[in-house]
Amino acid sequence: MAAPTPSASAPLLSIEHLKVEYHSAAGTVVAIPDLTLSIAPGESYGLVGESGCGKSTLLMAVMRHLGATGRIAGGRILFGGRDIAAAAETDLGDVRGRGISMVYQDPNAALNPTMKIGRQLMEVPMLHAGLDAGAAREEARRVLREVHLPDPDSVMQRYPHQLSGGQKQRVVIAMALLAKPQLLLLDEPTTGLDVTVEAAVLDLVGELRDRFGTALLYITHNLGVVAKVCERVGVMYLGDLVEEAPVRELFARPRHPYTRRLMACVPHLGGDKYTTSFLPIPGQPPGLSRRPPGCGFAPRCEGFVAGRCDRPVPEERAEPNHRIRCIRHREVDSFEGTSQGAVHPGRPGDTTILAAEHLAKVYDLGRPAFSARARKLIANDDLNFSARNGEIIAIVGESGSGKSTFARVLAGLQPASAGRLMVLGDDLSAKSARARTSDQLAQIQMVFQNPDATLNPSHSAGFPIARVLKKFGIVSGAKAIDARIDALFDMVRLPRALKRQRPGRLSGGQKQRVAIARAFAAEPSILVADEPVSALDVSVQAAIVNLLLQIQADRGTTIVFISHDLALVRHLADSVIVMYLGRVMEQGPVGRLFDPPYHPYTEALLSAVPVADPTVTQARIRLEGEIPSPIDVPKGCRFSGRCPRKLGPDCDTVPPPAREAGDGHVIYCHIPVEDLARLAPIVRHEKAGAAVA
Amino acid sequence: MTAPPVPTNNVPTNNVPTPDAAKPEAAKSGARPSAAEIRADAIERPPGLIRRLPTSGVAMVGIGIILFWTILAITAPWLPIDPPNKSDLASFANPGPSAAHWLGVDIKGRDILARIIWGAQRVLTVAPLAALCAYLVGCPLGLLAGYYGGKVDAVVSRAGDVILSFPIIILYVILIATIGPSILNIMLAVVLASGPGVARIVRGLTLEQRHLDYVAAAELRRESAFYIMFVELLPNCRGPLITDFCLRVGYTIITIGILGFLGLGLPPPDPDWGTMVKEGTTMISIRPHMSLFPAIAIVTLVLGFNLVADGLRELSLKD
Repeated sequence: MAAPTPSASAPLLSIEHLKVEYHSAAGTVVAIPDLTLSIAPGESYGLVGESGCGKSTLLMAVMRHLGATGRIAGGRILFGGRDIAAAAETDLGDVRGRGISMVYQDPNAALNPTMKIGRQLMEVPMLHAGLDAGAAREEARRVLREVHLPDPDSVMQRYPHQLSGGQKQRVVIAMALLAKPQLLLLDEPTTGLDVTVEAAVLDLVGELRDRFGTALLYITHNLGVVAKVCERVGVMYLGDLVEEAPVRELFARPRHPYTRRLMACVPHLGGDKYTTSFLPIPGQPPGLSRRPPGCGFAPRCEGFVAGRCDRPVPEERAEPNHRIRCIRHREVDSFEGTSQGAVHPGRPGDTTILAAEHLAKVYDLGRPAFSARARKLIANDDLNFSARNGEIIAIVGESGSGKSTFARVLAGLQPASAGRLMVLGDDLSAKSARARTSDQLAQIQMVFQNPDATLNPSHSAGFPIARVLKKFGIVSGAKAIDARIDALFDMVRLPRALKRQRPGRLSGGQKQRVAIARAFAAEPSILVADEPVSALDVSVQAAIVNLLLQIQADRGTTIVFISHDLALVRHLADSVIVMYLGRVMEQGPVGRLFDPPYHPYTEALLSAVPVADPTVTQARIRLEGEIPSPIDVPKGCRFSGRCPRKLGPDCDTVPPPAREAGDGHVIYCHIPVEDLARLAPIVRHEKAGAAVA
Repeated sequence: MTAPPVPTNNVPTNNVPTPDAAKPEAAKSGARPSAAEIRADAIERPPGLIRRLPTSGVAMVGIGIILFWTILAITAPWLPIDPPNKSDLASFANPGPSAAHWLGVDIKGRDILARIIWGAQRVLTVAPLAALCAYLVGCPLGLLAGYYGGKVDAVVSRAGDVILSFPIIILYVILIATIGPSILNIMLAVVLASGPGVARIVRGLTLEQRHLDYVAAAELRRESAFYIMFVELLPNCRGPLITDFCLRVGYTIITIGILGFLGLGLPPPDPDWGTMVKEGTTMISIRPHMSLFPAIAIVTLVLGFNLVADGLRELSLKD
């Protein structure tokens, strides 16, 4: 292992026995009890853990931005030999600007909406380096070029709302770089971005590290991201660093049960639901005020042993550079991953229950003034597919590709504009929810994307379920309804007591479970799941996916699963539809889509998926620009504008033919299937002896 | 050509039966909390707006003022004060504050303290009731406009805009001068003048909520439009509406005061704070207390409602 050890050179950042507390009227809670870590100059360090594990608190402590209630109660934070924890507030300005910069999670909150990008960027060198306006403008232009924003001059003239999410995050990174920091703190900078945009931002972060030698402290809940950009990884749980090792060592020999579980929650491109299953962590991190005695992870750990795990756990070194805080780490193989978690996915039947034929959804935007032609937004165009009972059919694509529109048409929230949508023998294409019969409505239910909007904050969790049962006449009588709610809560593995709680007191994962219970209360034969897990932590995502697979297997429901995450789709789908700008690019059984031949767009998506395995390399295909507007789309292939394998002008003007690649696998591309089949596979596995056992 | 298999840390599917939801928790007994208990732990969240009200000093001062007036108003019949319309001719010689009349008497020799307390009873009945009526009219209109949008929204919003474009006091004066001063008519005027404002707020809040997924979920179980508007949407508008209600009661008290001052108030001889200020103005250069005390009453009560509104807004911004 050639990874740098912290002792090899004087560390840039050295956190020693840090203790952070929060004070409130209710008392004092310890967010970080005793944390020690160091980062060498130029090193990239990843910090992983679920939400609520104190990662952001650590960053804020390093920045001394703990707010009115937070306090550093002990320990030292040495940055370049200076103790940030003890420094006077007036001395911190220098450290914050020139020494350490931070990239926040939400670029919308980091940029001032009323100021042009140029002015916001210029402020930094004017303030920290004392440059005049002209020199500052030149600097701003330079960093915008460095983060690969095309046409920096026009970007500087724009306001934040005129940029896309990915562009804004680049601007925020550019802003952090302006001060030429020695250490860059990144707080989940790609959460909420599409995989394609995420991949590009991660490329950028890695490139900047290599070029400027900036040290990185990267916070995320996704181990796949860490594998891509970090040299050393620390795993944090309840404010404790439970494991720390160089990235390859950690992925090859994870020793803490928590690390193992986090890894078992990340979808791989390698297997489907029949060969592997996620191993989620039961429950969620307890509140900081309920820190268990001894090991913080004990209540959720398979290997808990009374008398050992409920005492303070000393830190040990498994290897010189592999720190671990688990009393049973030597015997972790004996208990971790042995007992539960396995799901028995169902197999699709052979009755076609859902079929779309030339389905289209067009929004008429009216005719703009001084224009001869009415404008049309083509959200879905010429969708053709069918699904059998018990099949999971996944629809994949970037945001703006029309996936959600299709979900809404299918569920009846909007009528289709043309084509047919056959559900159990009835054509529902023109029928919105009010026009459907109760039976038709109950047959198709939906789980929505945003856990915070899916439940009415004014009603208890059980309330909407009771309404579903009542409205569709599933059961009648208050007692029977109550019993059915209990049964549904059992099904989604929620404690029954939660049915009386308002959603404000539930976590994101719990809300999504309630939403799943609500959808299944109507006893649907088709479930439309519109990115149900994309807003959740990977550990919660794994649990929800397992749950969906189990319920689906038990009930034989057909699921239309909408996602932007190809790895997840690989894990759970039976067949896949890849959509771009309202049109199908490629469709076929899941086993066929992840090896050549594939559509150039699928190829690009595959290249962007974060793979939680540092020994895997992905060929780098990055799409230029953003998904274009669905108004006035090109006549030919929708993807021609961004296609890295574009053949010629025909791609722009002639709609691509449907090319059969066998076994129901269809690719809509001008490139012949034989040529596509000769493409090198995107995901390659390094032949390494030290690979995962 | 196939991709080499990517090794995985995931556990291979085996034949271990999936445990029942309750079983693993039951099996693991001991001192530590089970996974189910952790899950059952509701997340620590701040309680609702109203329950956090005591943490806001501003709001508590406001509530104190309102309570002070409310208690006086409720207990008026049992307080050792004169009937509001009784003239004490003996006190004409010295109408200023005295031991018999703490706040003095007015031009007709009536005890000002008694009239203020009895007046409080009226204003505290009429103002909240009028504001409530404005809400009863404004909420449904705002919900309709926000939920249906399109033509319904255009009609409701434009009609509201027409009313709101009038200077509000002139609107009141025209209305009351036309239909005559009475409690009912004052309430009608307040509803007409305030209703469109309420409707506009509710419409905005409804528009925000309209496209959230829980509304779509309600549509997917065939809830009626009426149900969605009043059971799904309206309760989520309550935060801003409570704040607005407090402000609106304050404004209504001012309005009633102005109407009284203009001679269009609650019909005499029963006490009305605005009318009392007006009656006092004839003597204001030599006996300022006759106008001053009822004016102070108006100011404090309005201030009370505004302070509560401020406190509520501050709390809601803290979230």
